[in-house]
Formats: sequence, structure tokens, C-alpha cells
Amino acid sequence: MPLTDDAPLLSLAGFSKSFAGFVALDRVDFTLRAGEIHALLGENGAGKSTLIKTMTGVVTRDAGTMRLNGAEIAPRSAEEAVKAGIATVYQEVNLAPNLSVAQNLFLGRQPTRFGLVREREMRRRAAALLTEFGLAIDVSSPLESYSVAIQHIVAIARAVDQSARVLILDEPTASLDAHEVEVLFAVLRQLQARGIGIVFVTHFLDQVYAICDRITVLRNGRLAGTAPIADLPRLDLVRLMLGRELSEATAKRPPHVESAARTPVATFAAFGKEGQVAPFDLTLRAGHVVGLAGLLGSGRTETVRLVFGAEKADCGTAEVDGRRVAIGSPREAMRLRFGYCPEERKTEGIVADLTVRENIVLALQAQRGALAPLPRREQDEIAAKFIRLLDIRPPDPERPIGLLSGGNQQKALLARWLATSPRLLILDEPTRGIDVGAHAEIIALIRSLCAEGMALLVVSSELEEIVTYADEVIVLRDRAHVARLSGDAVDVPAILAAIADAPSAPAARHA
Amino acid sequence: MALRLPRVGTAQIGALALILAANWVVSPQFFDIRLQDGRLFGSLIDVLNRGAPVALLSLGMVLVIAMRGIDLSVGAVMAISGAIAASLADSHSLPVVLAAALGAGLLCGLWNGFLVAVLGIQPIVATLILMVAGRGIAQLITEGRIVTFTSPDLAFLGGGSVLGVPTPIVLALAMLALTLAVVRGTALGLMIEASGGNPRASALAGIGTRLITLAVYVWSGLCAALAGIVAAADILGADANNAGLWLELDAILAVVIGGTSLFGGRFSIILAVVGALIIQAMNTGILLSGLPPETNLVVKAVVVLAVLLAQSPRLGAHLAGLRVLFGPRKA
Amino acid sequence: MIRSLARLMPVLATTAVFLAGFLLCSLVYPNFASMRVVMNLMTDNAFLGIVAVGMTFVIISGGIDLSVGSVIGFTTVFLALAIERWGVPPLMAFALILIICAAFGACMGAVIQYFELPAFIVTLAGMFLARGVSFLLSTESIPINADLYAHLSDHAIRFGTGARLTVPAMIMLAVVIGGMVLLHLTRFGANVYALGGSRAATALMGINVPRTTVLIYTLSSVLAGLSGIVFSLYTSSGYSLSAVGVELDAIAAVVIGGTLLSGGYGFVFGSFVGVLIQGLIQTYISFDGSLSSWWAKIATGLLLFAFIAFQQITLHLARRPARRSGRPSPPPPAAIAQGVARP
Repeated sequence: MPLTDDAPLLSLAGFSKSFAGFVALDRVDFTLRAGEIHALLGENGAGKSTLIKTMTGVVTRDAGTMRLNGAEIAPRSAEEAVKAGIATVYQEVNLAPNLSVAQNLFLGRQPTRFGLVREREMRRRAAALLTEFGLAIDVSSPLESYSVAIQHIVAIARAVDQSARVLILDEPTASLDAHEVEVLFAVLRQLQARGIGIVFVTHFLDQVYAICDRITVLRNGRLAGTAPIADLPRLDLVRLMLGRELSEATAKRPPHVESAARTPVATFAAFGKEGQVAPFDLTLRAGHVVGLAGLLGSGRTETVRLVFGAEKADCGTAEVDGRRVAIGSPREAMRLRFGYCPEERKTEGIVADLTVRENIVLALQAQRGALAPLPRREQDEIAAKFIRLLDIRPPDPERPIGLLSGGNQQKALLARWLATSPRLLILDEPTRGIDVGAHAEIIALIRSLCAEGMALLVVSSELEEIVTYADEVIVLRDRAHVARLSGDAVDVPAILAAIADAPSAPAARHA
Repeated sequence: MALRLPRVGTAQIGALALILAANWVVSPQFFDIRLQDGRLFGSLIDVLNRGAPVALLSLGMVLVIAMRGIDLSVGAVMAISGAIAASLADSHSLPVVLAAALGAGLLCGLWNGFLVAVLGIQPIVATLILMVAGRGIAQLITEGRIVTFTSPDLAFLGGGSVLGVPTPIVLALAMLALTLAVVRGTALGLMIEASGGNPRASALAGIGTRLITLAVYVWSGLCAALAGIVAAADILGADANNAGLWLELDAILAVVIGGTSLFGGRFSIILAVVGALIIQAMNTGILLSGLPPETNLVVKAVVVLAVLLAQSPRLGAHLAGLRVLFGPRKA
Repeated sequence: MIRSLARLMPVLATTAVFLAGFLLCSLVYPNFASMRVVMNLMTDNAFLGIVAVGMTFVIISGGIDLSVGSVIGFTTVFLALAIERWGVPPLMAFALILIICAAFGACMGAVIQYFELPAFIVTLAGMFLARGVSFLLSTESIPINADLYAHLSDHAIRFGTGARLTVPAMIMLAVVIGGMVLLHLTRFGANVYALGGSRAATALMGINVPRTTVLIYTLSSVLAGLSGIVFSLYTSSGYSLSAVGVELDAIAAVVIGGTLLSGGYGFVFGSFVGVLIQGLIQTYISFDGSLSSWWAKIATGLLLFAFIAFQQITLHLARRPARRSGRPSPPPPAAIAQGVARP
């Protein structure tokens, strides 16, 4: 099918959406051509999901128009979007796992006779449909008995069979292995040849360069840029995603102290877990900040969850104070005086119904055990101390924490761990989704904790920030630690180059 | 985002006052209390006295529900402990009787807790097993008969009085105080609310959710066993078929009326007991008003629906709020 | 094929348990293995079989219906009053009660759907309501003397030595077969499974979830009403305390029949066998004479536990290999053919 610039298959203009004052999408334009595979990229919170949800009517947009084949459409639900010709396949396959493959392909539109489903006819059609996608499987088996890749292909087949012109794939490859990705790509190329427009959301840059025609990058809810793949080399792409100009990158760094001079608090050797992150070596020292940088899904969060015992490592060793230790659960990590502020503040951090005071004392209380309750007076003192110290607002310890702003929730979570006086504090995206003021305060706090001799392990997408406090930065790509920068080598261009795997990177490669 | 502020319970206490007032309207001598043979009598005392078993059940149920669970077996556990108590009452001393009956409740609670916390079976299903089999076990103990006893010691727990106050009320109050002491006097309450409110966050904060789950089911079993003893002591016998029948539903209702969400988190022990009293006050009121006692269930159904629907817009808003907060991001 | 067999495992296990139980009973009591016993088993448990079919739909969809016992009780009282006191012709009364039950079930389904409330608490309210209304109607047992009742209880297909396929048994068999057709062979049935598999995904696939939910609870209540009709035929009376706790027996039958209580998997036939197993236990106890009825409850509880534990173990085993992500080169997924070769 010929590609014509003047007649895009799908065009979006001025898409905007705010949630309770937070601008998730700000006047985003987007075009998709027939027979094109178009990568939609961006970091967490960049607005990819919101864009997809507003396109498919799952979320109503505040402003913007959408045209499919020149005709304006405004679907109000996923169902309407499908009818209009826009189908979405999510990372979590949205099919019924317990039904047979054939039922999943034809649910709601099974061939019937006298009200009864013509099972054999349905299976025949299902098999025929899947054959088009190069899949010869038993369609009467339940969907869940197949690999995720096949489930994805079934979902795609269902979508395409319902006369989809536009197919949106939301991180379909996140849980696939290399071979399965190849199979999926084969299907995508076939659909491309049929003239279907494909929006491909992923965080694997290799895949983007392997299959896509054009790239659109979103950043903080805005369009950061659109370009054909040939015009956007990897380094430029990463820069576009992380939103930093290299010239800005000469941020002030604290005077560097030789790492080896500091006492190691914890040492990990060949530590890792299959499917999560490849084995890595890591040494955390008192008064020393190690930063973890990399794109979304590169294994940063997986690394810190292993260190904290939220996931159990299946290989390697951990030593604390020179003694071998097993870190099998958060409780064990806490006994070693580790603390962990997770990235998912709402689902893994705060207990929304509980007060600020209760949230702050939670970890300390868990450490002491249920039978040694902190006296109320002591709780009040701890809460008051941290509210003052971290300037948590409003300064009301008895307010449910769910009513606080994101930044103040984050501070309260920091307080939760500081109250346990940890030796190692792990912060996963401590400045995400919080306002500028709180941002600066949290960075100042990280610096002062470090100065007091605490060991810190910080995950951040804000390279700008990471270079201002990290003594050492480890770069991750594709679930492996790929580079380690320390001392004067820590700067934004070097990190960007390591993330993009550009050969010019002056980074010391290791394992 | 609609969040529940720490509750003060005005609604529940208001409702109780309203029902008591209504009872007073239909029966002017409702608030009359007289002392007779060293024991208090009167409709109000009656409400407290008859409300004691459900109040006892609600003490355990409220903790289970706060942990996002449910215990359907409490009625059956009542039957078991009542059967044990009645069977042993005339041949053993009271401490032995109590130890055996409460021990059975403890075992039942351990069983439920094991299924939920260790095997990971969903609570409705796990406690359904004992709900079905428990009554059979109780009948096994009583050999299908209604076992009566004459032991004045055990009878005292149902019909006696302490300083004029009927023993069931004293026992319920004592258990309330004990529960408050155990739950609010330690950090257990905080941990239950945290685990019920956000299990993942609580586990990451180092709370041993599994052990707490086990503990709340054990407590529920103990409370149910005590309620079963009181019920048996009251009628001087054990009827394995009818003891505690449907009371699990009353207990759940009491907890829900007390404002504890079926989705776990914040709970109030005292308001759950108030909820139990509201239910009993309604029962008594219907009796006093001369309406057929059969109206009871219909009224209860209406109350359940009203409470649920009253909670639902909040729930709807809550879910909408969550969707907004978690919508535009990816794991 | 092997996969389909694995799916049938629970039902096969249930059927094996039933057959083994029947064999055991026959060995202990030589006159047990007779057509007569089998027919009585069906007649005595016809009402339970009918509600169990409805319960199967509800549970497969991921819900639960605690109101069915009360609906049966209400139905018997309503029928007795309508026929004996209000002079309504029996067939008209049957139609009326089925309509009332349908409306009742639809309301419960709507509340569950639109207020996003847990099914168990909504149907619990329904249980109170139905039982309460039947108490209000009458608290005494009212005999039904209509000719139709006498006629229907005489009517039966006879096989030789006293074995009779009675009207209640026929109705149950018809409901079981109808339920199997509806669940396994229609679009509605597929939607019921889909709801139990993933509610969110079902909605995203464009299935009308609210309508399906309302229909499921309507079906359950209508079948409970039909069960009430059968119950009143069986006892020739209406009593507000009848069928107390039948919801539990029905749930137990469904679970013993291999249906997963968390929804998504199960068969109507399994529930039917589950009912027969419960009936078998009762029959064994009545044959024995010295055993008491409570053993039935304990045996049911044990079976429940065995089946739930069995399900839990299968689930664990099934989930383990599914936990995979980004691992290098596992064996290629089954039979991926030509399409892979690319320009």
C-alpha cells in the first residue's frame, strides 16, 4: 500500500486531558499512516497511556479532535472504538484466560444456529484466522494454556478480524523472550503489508529500531517530537525522552571522595533473579550515594527490590558488615537496617486511610513488633519531629495521608524510613510526580543524609538530579547492569550515551 | 478522592438513640429499670442482655473484616462450643468446661486462619467449609439431641448477674475491654488497619501480614466460642441445630453498620458493638410494638440495603478517584 | 486433547467419587443397587438439583447467591396461599411466582452491578428479605390440596419394581439438560465463563456486562422459584421455614461438582453429580439406620475441603510455569509455522 503524506489514516489534533488539576496531556498532535508502524515512546508519566486511553474512549478527553480516514470520530468506549476501527491490545492480555482460543476470538459474535453456538464452525473459522498469522494451534484449548506471545497474537487476530484499521499495541513485548518477539514482529509486518496502521508502545529501543517507521516521543504530557526512524539516532532519541539538553548538564557536583575510602555497608556479588535482572555486583558504602539510571523497564526497580528482599534473589551472595546474609523478605532487610521507599507510592507506599502519624510510625512499629507498641506520646513526638524536619504540609499529623499532595506523601514515606534510622536507604524515583519545591527539598535531604553517613541507593529518571548527588551511577539496559560511572566520569552525556549504548560513551563497561 | 476521616460514630449512636426513642414511643415503660432479686430487669437491660452474643461475635468479626476477610463459620462455632459446654457441664468443673469450649473455638479459628493465611484460600470459601461441617460436628457432640444441663455454675453465665448486671452483659463488656486492650493496647490495631488498607505497602513496611491474618481468625473463633457458651448457658442446654443459626449474618451486619468497610482498613470495635445493639434494639422494638416478630427479617434486609447503598456512592467515588490516580501511568 | 482432559478432571473426579460411593453402598447393602434407590435419589433431591444449576451459573460468573433457600421458602408459602386462600389456579400461580422471582433476581443483579457491591452481601440482604416476607405472609405450614398437586404427584414413569421417575425428577433432569445447553452451547453461556475469567477483559471485548450480570441473577432466582414449585409438589404444602440452608447445600454441590468458587471454571453436569453425592450420603445414612443425620454435614464439609484443597493445588501448579518474563530462549511455542520467515 502506498504511503501518502497528505492523507494520514488517523490524525489527532490538540489532545488535552487533566486529572484533578494534574495535566496528563497538553495539546498533543499525532498522525498515523496506513501501513505504518509508529513507535510511541516516553518515560513514566509522559502521557502515553493517557493518550491511548483518550484515543480509545476509555477516558474522555478535555479537548482535541480525531479523524479516521478523514472522518471525525469520537468513541466513548473501547467498544465504540473497536466499531470505529481502532483496536487496542494491552500488555496484560485483555481476553478471558479460561475460555478456549476460539471462544476468545469470537466472543460476542460466535456463529450461531437457532441460538446455539456452532462450535465446529467457530473452531474452523478460528483455525483459519490464526493460520493467516502463521499460527497452527489447537483452538479448543483454553487461552491460558498458551504462552503470552500466542495470547498476544490471538488478541491481535481478534482485533484485526473485527475490521480494525488502527491497531494500538501497548507494551506487548514487555514479557516476551527474544524468539516470541520475533514471532510477534512477523505478525506486525504482515499487518503492515495489509495497510493497517500500528501504534507500538514499548520501552525497548532495540525493538523500536528493528520494526518501526516513525517515532513520536511524549514528555511530561507534551509532544517532544516526531521523526522518521532514520532521522533520529539512538542518542538523540534518549535525549528526547529524558528531556535534557547536553549543555545544561554541567550541574554542580559535590566534591568527590574516593569511594574505596568509605566503609562498605553492604556488598552484593553476582546477585540476581531470572526474569527480573541479570546477576550484578554492587557495593553500597556509608556516606555514599549510588544512583541507578536507565530507561523504564531496564531493571532499576527490579534491582532495588532484590536488594530489599521484596523479591527473592535466586543467585549470588549478599554481605553486610562482612558477614554473609540472606535477604528473603522485607522484614529480614529491615533487621539489617535497610529501608525502601517504593516507586509506586499509592499502591506500595502509603496506606491512604491512615493518618500521617500512623504512616510515619508504621515501619518503626513493625520493627519493634506488635507487642511493643510505641506509646502515643512517642508517636506524636516522632511525627511532629519529621513534619517539622521535612516540612510536611499541612502540618497536621492526624490527617489521613491520602488527602496530602504527592510531594508531602513522599516526605511522609521518607519519614517512615528515617524513623527507623536505617544504615541503607533505597529510594525508587523519590522525586516523581511531585512539585518543584518538594523536589528541591528531597534532593537536599538526600545530600544531608549522605553527609550524615547513611548509605543510599537511588533510582531516578531525572539524570539532571542524579548527577548532583550520586557518587557513582550504574546504568541499566535490558534488565542488566551495563555500565558503572564514578567520580568525575558521572555526567549527563556519559549516562545518556550509556543508556543509548552509543559507542562514543566514555563509560567503563563491565559484565 | 473521598477518604474516610477518623470516625466519631455520630451516625451509629444517633441511629441507636433514635431506635431506643422509637421503642420508648411504642412502649412507654421501655426505659424503666427495676431491681428484683438482686438483678436488674427492664427492656433496656433486655436489649443489652440479648444483644450480648451478637456483640461478642462482632468483636471477632470486625477484626476479620478489617483484614479484608470474612468469617462465615461463627454461628457453627457457637454451636460447637455450646454443645461442648452443655455436654461437660454436669460432669466437670466450670474451668474445665470453659477451657474445653474455648479451646474448641481456638482450634476452629486456627483452622480458618490456616486455610486463609497459609493455603491462601479466599475467606468466604475457607470459612464456608466450617460453616457447613461445624454444625454437623456440634450435632456429633450432642448426638443429635438437645443436651440439657443443671450445673448452676454454667447456668450463672447465662442467667446470673454480677452486682445486678446480667452475666452475659458483664461477659460481653469484659471481652470488649479485653479486645480493646489486645488490639488498641498493642500495635496490633494499627497493623490490622495498615494491612487491610494496603496489604502490599504494609508488607513492604515489614508487617507480618500472615501472622496477623491467623491471629484475627483465632480471635474470631474465641469470641464465637464465648458467645456459644453464653447462648447455651442462657437456655440451659445446647441445640446444635439452632444455636447461633444465622448469627454470622447478624455479626457481619453489625460490623457493617458500625462503619467498617467490607473492603478492609479502618475499623471501630466499639461501633461494631453499637451496631450489634442497634440490631437487637430493632428486634426488641418490633417485639414491643406488637408487630409480628416476623417483620424482623424484612426490617433487617432494608437496613442492610440502606447501609450498603449509603456506603456505595462513597465507594463509587473512591473507585473513580483510584482510577484517576492510577489511570495515566504504567507499572 | 490432553488439555481438554485436564479441564474435565474435577468433573471426572466427582463422578468417580459418586460411582465409588454408590458401589460401596451397594456392597454394604445388597438391595441398594436398584433402580428404585436411584429414582428416589433424584426425586428427593430434585429441588436441590434445580437450584444447583442456577448456582453453577452464578459461581462460574464469579458471584454467589445466598438468597436461593429463602426464595424457595417464599415460593412455597406464596403458592400455598395463592392456591388455597386466594383461589388462584395452580398453573397461574406458578407463572406468577416465576415472574416475581425473576424480578427479584433482576433487582439483586442490578444492585450488584450498578453499586459495585459484593454479591454475597447483596444476596444476603435478599435472603433476609425473601425469608422475612414469607414469614409475614404466614408462619404456619399450609397444606395444598389442589387437584393438580394430587395429580402431579401420582404422575410418574414407572420401571418395574417400584421405581418411579416422578414429576420433580423429570423437571430436574430437564433443568439440568437445559442448563447444560445454555451454559455450554450459547453465547450467553460463553459470556458467563468470560465474566468469571476476567470481568474487565469481558467488558473490553465489547460484551454487555451489566446485562449479563442481571440475567445471571435472574436465572438463579427463577430456578430457585422453580425449585420452590417442585418443593411444594414434593411436600404438598407451603411453609416459610422450608429450605433453610439450601443455599449452602447448593454451593457445596457446585463446589463438589468441580466448579471453582472464584469463578471461570465448572460444569452443570458436575453440580448435578455433586447433588447426587449429597443425596447418596443421605440415603446411605437412612439405610444404615444407626448413623445420624449430622454425619451428612460432616461428610459434606470434608468433601468440600477435599475439593477446595484439590483446586488450590491445581491452581498453584497451573500458575507456576506461567510466571515467566523475558527469559532467554525457552522452547519455541507450540507449532509456530511459516509466518516467521521474513523479508
